[in-house]
Amino acid sequence: MDKLIYMDNSATTPVKKEVLETMLPYFSEKFGNPSSVYSLGSQSKVAVEESREKIAKAIGAKPKEIFFTAGGSEADNWAIKGIAYANKEKGNHIITSKIEHHGILHTCEYLEKQGFKVTYLDVDEYGVVDLEQLKDSINDETILISIMYANNEIGTIQPVEEIGQIAKEKGIYFHTDAVQAVGHIKIDVNKLNIDMLSMAAHKFYGPKGIGALYIRQGVKIDPLISGGGQERNRRAGTENVPGIVGMGKAIELAYKDIEEKNQKLIYLRERLIKGILDNIDHVRLNGHPTNRLPGNVNVCFEFIEGESLLLSLDMEGIAASSGSACTSGTLDPSHVLLAIGLPHEIAHGSLRLSLGDFNTEEEIDYVVEKLVDIVARLRAMSPLYEKVKEGK
Amino acid sequence: MYSEKVMEHFRNPRNVGEIEDADGIGEVGNPKCGDIMKMYLKIEDGVIVDVKFKTFGCGSAIASSSMATEMVKGKTIEEAMKVTNKAVAEALDGLPPIKMHCSVLAEQAIKAALLDYAKKNNIEIEGLEDFDPTEDPHEH
Repeated sequence: MDKLIYMDNSATTPVKKEVLETMLPYFSEKFGNPSSVYSLGSQSKVAVEESREKIAKAIGAKPKEIFFTAGGSEADNWAIKGIAYANKEKGNHIITSKIEHHGILHTCEYLEKQGFKVTYLDVDEYGVVDLEQLKDSINDETILISIMYANNEIGTIQPVEEIGQIAKEKGIYFHTDAVQAVGHIKIDVNKLNIDMLSMAAHKFYGPKGIGALYIRQGVKIDPLISGGGQERNRRAGTENVPGIVGMGKAIELAYKDIEEKNQKLIYLRERLIKGILDNIDHVRLNGHPTNRLPGNVNVCFEFIEGESLLLSLDMEGIAASSGSACTSGTLDPSHVLLAIGLPHEIAHGSLRLSLGDFNTEEEIDYVVEKLVDIVARLRAMSPLYEKVKEGK
Repeated sequence: MYSEKVMEHFRNPRNVGEIEDADGIGEVGNPKCGDIMKMYLKIEDGVIVDVKFKTFGCGSAIASSSMATEMVKGKTIEEAMKVTNKAVAEALDGLPPIKMHCSVLAEQAIKAALLDYAKKNNIEIEGLEDFDPTEDPHEH
């Protein structure tokens, strides 16, 4: 194939044409600061508020419960640190899981150094948090439960509604990192009893550098960024107007025909999984078999290493990602794959193919065909595969 | 991230495979860390007449193994002993800092195979007195 086959949509997505077009006027023509009193400024203010309404509507929230941030990591940091500091008189205990994004995990580790206590819940072999362990971990000091909506690596969707129910009954704030879920799964923050929710526009065909934190009205939270009175005194800094406009358009498009889009994505996902499992031996699917993100495929090929797999795929024009140590810049493979119980040597051979709106059936079949060759070639070079063949 | 030379050796690795009646075999690395190199040497009259490798690892591990085999093929044992990890990395036009351990692994694989040869033939190779093939290059 001549064109790039992009199967790394969980890393980021391209900005859709319609999204870009709505953003463009806000760079050079309608460039006013939303805080300015003249009409150029109020024009920007109106655009920001319209976008806020679209985002609120998409998740069943009120517009005044949406606060723009510079992305998902900021939203995660704000939720965790903001709740911890604003509620430290009530308690110092936070509950999260072992498979969170580093935006959550590293923030929790930072708070541990500040004297907070953090419980990291285990997950089962599919990456689902243990609800009994969650209930048992709650104590008088617990001020926050933060569990991701869907995992960025293995795609597993968490029992968010049950977690929300448990948090509500105990009167504990519930935050969910929904960066991988917003724009891909229907979400209703009231039905799910979510108090805070993080999102990032670039995961649903919006621009990079813009995200939001939903904060339920009445939640006691400190600001993370201090300064001017933007975002109702909760998040200082001149608004990223083009980004905000783009995010509003992107979320609107994402939820338009979401059922049809997901039907297609799930069809492609299952075709890809089946193609891999039927044509390659010593391979396992990671994550929940059915309750997973519509576009997420994550597999481990035994006896080969993820980075050489990615380089080989790149040579065939295919973009994907891996949880191997070599791609993470550390010596350990993905914390998510280790948490679901995979041994290091198998976790090193992981491959994530995350599908999006632009992938086709033809591309799926091409990727399967190339994977068969690449895995065979790398295994022929692997001293580990040799031992298996010899039955050692 | 990688030099064109690394990518070229990754695309077309030299001397991949095994030698059935190898005179020395060395295996270094650890599957836990994500890289293992196995080196096979055929030695006649103190000269490495053939060399093959098998590697489980990332792109730079495969390229380093390939380059190392090229650098020792046709060389005497003494010459092969002088192939350092730095020389392997330089021959590849450099490796990213976090990938330098791959070249260390390549040097160790050669030495481990030479040590195996020395033990089988009851000889001593100068420079291998303190060599420990189980030492983890990630610690360096």
